[in-house]
Amino acid sequence: MTRRSVLMGAAVAALLAAAPALAASPDLPRKTVDLVAPPFVHPHQQATREGPAIVAFKMVIEEKEVVIDEAGTKFRAMTFNGTMPGPMMVVHEGDYVELTLVNPDTNTMPHNIDFHAATGALGGGALTHVNPGEQVVLRFKATRTGAFVYHCAPEGMIPWHVVSGMSGTLMVLPRNGLKDRDGKPLRYDRIYYVGENDLYVPRDETGKYKTYESLAESYSDTTEVMRKLIPTHVVFNGKVGALTGANAMTAKVGETVMIVHSQANRDTRPHLIGGHGDYVWETGKFANPPEKNLETWFVRGGSAGAALYTFLQPGIYAYVNHNLIEAVELGATAHFKVEGTWNDDLMTQVSPPGPITPGKVGAAGTSVVK
Amino acid sequence: MLIASGLKIAVAALVAGPLAVGGVALLTPIAPPPLPHAVVTLAPGAFAYRLAGDFSTAGRPVAAPRRQLRQDRPLAIMTRQVTAAEYASCVEAGACPRIPQAVPTADRPVVGVSFRDALAYADWITRQTGVVHRLPTDAEWVFAAAEKASDEALPVVDAADPAKAWLARYETESARERPPIAPQPVGTFGANANGLVDLAGNVWEWTATCFERAELAPSGAVRPVTTNCGVRVVQGEHRTYMTDFIRDPRTGGCAAGVPPANLGFRLVVETALADRLRAALERTARRLLGPG
Ligand SMILES: [Cu+2]
Repeated sequence: MTRRSVLMGAAVAALLAAAPALAASPDLPRKTVDLVAPPFVHPHQQATREGPAIVAFKMVIEEKEVVIDEAGTKFRAMTFNGTMPGPMMVVHEGDYVELTLVNPDTNTMPHNIDFHAATGALGGGALTHVNPGEQVVLRFKATRTGAFVYHCAPEGMIPWHVVSGMSGTLMVLPRNGLKDRDGKPLRYDRIYYVGENDLYVPRDETGKYKTYESLAESYSDTTEVMRKLIPTHVVFNGKVGALTGANAMTAKVGETVMIVHSQANRDTRPHLIGGHGDYVWETGKFANPPEKNLETWFVRGGSAGAALYTFLQPGIYAYVNHNLIEAVELGATAHFKVEGTWNDDLMTQVSPPGPITPGKVGAAGTSVVK
Repeated sequence: MLIASGLKIAVAALVAGPLAVGGVALLTPIAPPPLPHAVVTLAPGAFAYRLAGDFSTAGRPVAAPRRQLRQDRPLAIMTRQVTAAEYASCVEAGACPRIPQAVPTADRPVVGVSFRDALAYADWITRQTGVVHRLPTDAEWVFAAAEKASDEALPVVDAADPAKAWLARYETESARERPPIAPQPVGTFGANANGLVDLAGNVWEWTATCFERAELAPSGAVRPVTTNCGVRVVQGEHRTYMTDFIRDPRTGGCAAGVPPANLGFRLVVETALADRLRAALERTARRLLGPG
């Protein structure tokens, strides 16, 4: 079992005596938001007439063993709020994000958080270092719009914490909502948040994945695998197949879906097989006009991209990292189940598979014009 | 309890014969334990010590308090760091984790060891010799390192303008001289007044002291708030803190700025001999200085 290396000092009295001096708050309304597990996103307004607010979130860091593939491979994960990726937070430009970050004493490791959306203090990393048994509250102003990665960044051990699961996304929406390049409002009916993780699981001499009693014991083997830069797993939502089958994402024909895709460590290239990106903020930042009609978009390691797509056909869609080896062999595949009526005009099977007819191309009975 | 500071008795494995200070024989010789390494026994004494950890008063960070401490019993500590060859013997015996260090040379300190590796070695050498070996506490290390211990009060991070302290710390860290990284022959970095070699050289040493966050009352009283024993104090050219399973401080440390070059260790010896020495010293002191 994990070694509990934290002892609480003198009990309640000391804690009370040590209650930290609280920084003054801006005189703004406060909202508290309960986070939900990915690929879902907490309820939020896409555009708002209200003025800026302080939006309070709480995340509890959880170190735990998880299963990352169908073969039952066990992995020593570090997580924000128990999920890989950590939950997505949504605020509007000008709001203040106020995060309470809790590192319970059941954990073994110090952690912190670096918000790519925040300004100064290494994204908040320098002000949020919490030992097991501690919590910290950070507030920062969301001054730039876009989908931004957040991740754990303890000095010296950043990559290990990130590829062990400690990353997530904060989305800062323009107060008046998303726009296309001509200023026309864009809206979505559903939003999904796909966090991609590259995982580096050590193997024994026979090639079998190794398991460890604790994070600490997994450290040196794992860093050795990491240094070779070849992941053993590339997964969406923490596990091979986490977003397929019974957990496939759903939509209806005619619905516009926002897909936010984050990768805190490594480049990726989302692609919706059989669909497109109608409007894509490839770099994820809404002050830049969205690109239109993309087939594949590039999400740089350490960033989040956002894509809008209106489903036009029912059926099953695969949403993949279009390095297909990573999609098929390493796990980076999700599915959409889309209900609705088939549009024959967009696509039809003119002639089903059958014997090869020499000299014929196209619909049966139609001669080729020479 | 008043014993002249600087009183020092060498108890190297090969040293025998009457031990004398200032020409006055204080003790009859005692057969030293058969240790594979030289140990120096330091007489009790007072020393200045800046407490390890992060301190705050009323929720605001403050400098760690500097205290006058007293080492109130003799401290027997290795004059040098554990060598690569010594650690390799422990690995061969199946008692220490294997580490990546290339050549287990007899004349160079072992590097690339974690706190856990150091503990494994201490347990093993304790079983081998029948004499208790352990890591020093941070205070013991400072006491033994004497003039080689650096008392560095890092600038306090002020919540109203934390960047000032970060910049100052960075300047301090960047200004440090960086010795060559490769482990050097034992003795390369010289001896201190107590006869300990290679303190503050290019190998930092693990101590048993846990990272602590504490509340410093205006009265000076220290109340621990959180003690994280997953992070230990590491000593050398400067004091730093390191997660206990880290072997390479450059990739795994939790020190701000420039991390230590290498991680190694030296051990404290708990001997009946030390206790007998203490008793003898105390008797002598009483005789010389009179009661009270
Ligand atoms: Cu972390």
